[in-house]
Amino acid sequence: MLKRLRESKSAQGTLLALPTTVWLFVLLIIPLILTAVVSFGKRSPDGNVIYTFTLDNYIRLFGYSTNCASGQAACFDPLYVNILLRSLSLAFNTTVLVISLAYPLAYFIARSHPKQRNTYLFMVLIPLWTNFVIRVYAWMMLLRKEGAINIIIGWVMNLLHIPFTPLEMLYTPGAVLVGMVYEFLPFMILPIYTSLEKIDLSLYEAAADLGANSIKTFLRVTLPLSMPGVVAGTILVFIPVMGTFIVSDILGGRQVILVGNLIQRQFLDARDPTFGSAASLILMVMTLIVTYFYTRKFGFGEEIVVA
Amino acid sequence: MNPFRRSPFVIAATILVYVFLYAPIVGLVLYSFNASRANVTFEGFIPAFSDRVVMDGSMVKSSPCGPFHWYCELSKNRDVAEAAGNTLTIAFTATIISTIIGTMAALALQRYNFKMKPFSQLSLYIPIVIPEIVMGIGILTLFSQVFGWMNDTFNLVGSARLSMGIMTVTASHIAFMVPFVALVVQARLTGFDKSYEEAAMDLGANEWITFRRVTLPMILPGVLSGALLAFTLSLDDFVITFFTNGPGSTTLPIYVYGLLRRIITPQVNALSTVWIMVVFLAVLAIQILQNREQKKPS
Amino acid sequence: MTSEFAVELRDVVKRFITPEGNDMAAVDHVTMQIKNGEFFSMLGSSGCGKTTSLRMVAGFEWPTEGEVYIEGKAMGHTPPFQRKVNTVFQSYALFQHMTVFQNLAFGLEMEGAKEDEIKKRVGRALEMVQLTGMDRRKPKQLSGGQQQRVALARALVKTPDVLLLDEPLGALDLKLRKEMQLELKALQQQLGITFIYVTHDQEEALTMSDRIAVMSKGKIQQLGTPVEIYERPTNKFVADFIGESNFLEGKIKSISKKEASVFVPSLNAEVVGMPISEGLVKGEEVIVSIRPEKIRIAEKDAVNQNMFRATVTNTVYIGVDTKVFVDAHGAKLKVWEQNRISRLDPKSFYTVGQEVWLMLLPENTIVLKKD
Repeated sequence: MLKRLRESKSAQGTLLALPTTVWLFVLLIIPLILTAVVSFGKRSPDGNVIYTFTLDNYIRLFGYSTNCASGQAACFDPLYVNILLRSLSLAFNTTVLVISLAYPLAYFIARSHPKQRNTYLFMVLIPLWTNFVIRVYAWMMLLRKEGAINIIIGWVMNLLHIPFTPLEMLYTPGAVLVGMVYEFLPFMILPIYTSLEKIDLSLYEAAADLGANSIKTFLRVTLPLSMPGVVAGTILVFIPVMGTFIVSDILGGRQVILVGNLIQRQFLDARDPTFGSAASLILMVMTLIVTYFYTRKFGFGEEIVVA
Repeated sequence: MNPFRRSPFVIAATILVYVFLYAPIVGLVLYSFNASRANVTFEGFIPAFSDRVVMDGSMVKSSPCGPFHWYCELSKNRDVAEAAGNTLTIAFTATIISTIIGTMAALALQRYNFKMKPFSQLSLYIPIVIPEIVMGIGILTLFSQVFGWMNDTFNLVGSARLSMGIMTVTASHIAFMVPFVALVVQARLTGFDKSYEEAAMDLGANEWITFRRVTLPMILPGVLSGALLAFTLSLDDFVITFFTNGPGSTTLPIYVYGLLRRIITPQVNALSTVWIMVVFLAVLAIQILQNREQKKPS
Repeated sequence: MTSEFAVELRDVVKRFITPEGNDMAAVDHVTMQIKNGEFFSMLGSSGCGKTTSLRMVAGFEWPTEGEVYIEGKAMGHTPPFQRKVNTVFQSYALFQHMTVFQNLAFGLEMEGAKEDEIKKRVGRALEMVQLTGMDRRKPKQLSGGQQQRVALARALVKTPDVLLLDEPLGALDLKLRKEMQLELKALQQQLGITFIYVTHDQEEALTMSDRIAVMSKGKIQQLGTPVEIYERPTNKFVADFIGESNFLEGKIKSISKKEASVFVPSLNAEVVGMPISEGLVKGEEVIVSIRPEKIRIAEKDAVNQNMFRATVTNTVYIGVDTKVFVDAHGAKLKVWEQNRISRLDPKSFYTVGQEVWLMLLPENTIVLKKD
């Protein structure tokens, strides 16, 4: 037995990979298949799943409604389509904002003296390692009508003798955007830093030697070479933003409903797992499509692992 | 040309981003000393120590712990203690299992050719490219369907009934942690020359001794950083836990989330502050250890 | 010692599946017998199958066909740790997390040697490679040459029957490499262990080896002593690969048992009285091979056979020799002339365009079959 195992490299490999592969198959792949199966099912009156094949959930998700104000039999209800679009545009806006904030910081750290880099990175990691929920809570406190931001603005306005009524910032789309940017900023800083740090310093000398000024060097050398980091960061930011529901739950209240909130409510409040599964599948397909086209264009860097 | 030169724009942007990163945390910590129980605005520190808590409306006038009143309250909070216990139990168990099987998988994927290799490799990317909520509800559906079916089929009653709990949370955590461990270890293994192992075998060590005395010590930094990543992922996880927990398996993030939907006393801030301090000290300790390791004239 | 041969490869084939999915024979029906106490080299450029052959002896790979014998015993699928051979790796493969002492002790621990015996043997091995006192260092604290010696000592401390060396000097600079070559040879003679040495450096192989197997494309091209291989290459590949050669195409004009005369069109002349190997027939198209240092330049037309008129096209002074490039009726030849006299006087050089006479000594020429 042992002798045969020793002689078969492929048996050794299979055996080593088996626990992980089985675990992932049972707890990631089967659940995904099950979600797909359930999404074609029907909800029973007591909130259970009746296994059948119907596209009702998807039809409903894309706006078919029988509950029409004008008395028609069927009409287009943009409720869920809007939720999907809102999630997409929020994820897009968050990613763009996060890149524009993360890049200068990552650049700063990568161009710091090697001895100081760890300290700066450490300062990025601390907020990241603070709990996700706690971080949302921190913003809740800042954005409230009585929160620190309003106090500071009020204080400045008072100095300038401009009348000021505290802003309602909490429970707005803006609050959700800020919260998302805050949550996922470190996930962009780390991969961009990793790819910037890898750039050989002699490349800058070569660029300077060939007559490029610092802006041209940045555009033609630094930026292209740091693209793998930006790509990895985008994947690490865009995908979770698409699926997160706590940030919008706490900072958006009932005002900003994202696809994550929709799914969560179908499972826990509305008790319609079939519709929730359909929404979940659509979410997955949307992120896969975006990731596929994005990575096909820019490649799938190893930076994703480093972060 | 100085490679370390940074433009004023970069420096200004950097300062702004650091302020953005730390302002909420500073606020959070400050409010943990709030005298106001309502915790809406900062009403100043609790001014005095006394034998018992003295309240004036929603204001704490004095407390046996003085300004640290809310920390004392926190230490008496049984729910927090239980949630912290659950969080650590789950994190430790899941980290140990996922580190072991993830390292095995990384070795297999890096070193061997076998039939299901492409499938194994691909499955590692699932948690990266699929939103956590999709996995969360998928696992929830699986457990609830399987448990429901088993409970009905075998007529399980009372405590024998299968339900969500620490086991389901731990198993699900392992599922999304293993890929990260495997990918981190795999990345470390790419630079690992096979001839070290061949040398050990050449010198008379069998496969197991080779692994224990040569391979493992050499990949240990990678394995440890994989384990560390797994541990923090588990501690921080909200979504998967949210869908797979049950009675008695509340973790700290779930507990805090529950509080946020009700009244928020400065106790939550105290809890957050303790959390931040623990994380800070842990990261600091790891950094110092790593630096010492690097500086050691190996 | 139970067998005449320390190591024997009998009709060994090793096939790999390339990343593109093609089946490739890295080693293609190789047979060789390595005698006890011999310094044997496998020489060839990368991908010729020399390292794969060595790895099959070590046990890191198993032959697809054929069999490897060590001390007369068929190895089959015996794992490396059950073979009494030890390897010095190209990358040294020193365990970075262990000290020099621990690296050397590792193999002895695996044998179950006692602590004081380990100390004694490690001490002796370190002495042998002149690294006494370095035992507490980690590999990274040593120079490349020292690391190489540790790798050597680690393999030798096990007192193997056969020591396998996979380009062990490849990472060293030229001067150190030359020193180590002589040292290795001396060590091998002193210990009396069989060495199988893989290298792509012909000079290294010629310097150290008792016998050399020149390999290409998974096959042995020629197996012989350094002198045989240099002086009597059996095919064009070996003549070209080892040292340098001039090749002239021609046709056998007349042939006896031992000698042949070949008409060379590019010289527009006949080269006569050349020694031949078996299997050549009259009228056959052949290649005449002659080493550049074996062509003589004579300034005057002496009355001799095998003399050809040529024009100097270039000269290059390289210290030991002067390389003279000539054109003889369209045949481009290179001639190495040893600098026995000082070349300080510019007149001592041949000038470009100068007419010279070339003399080919027939005993220095080789007639090879055309592939």
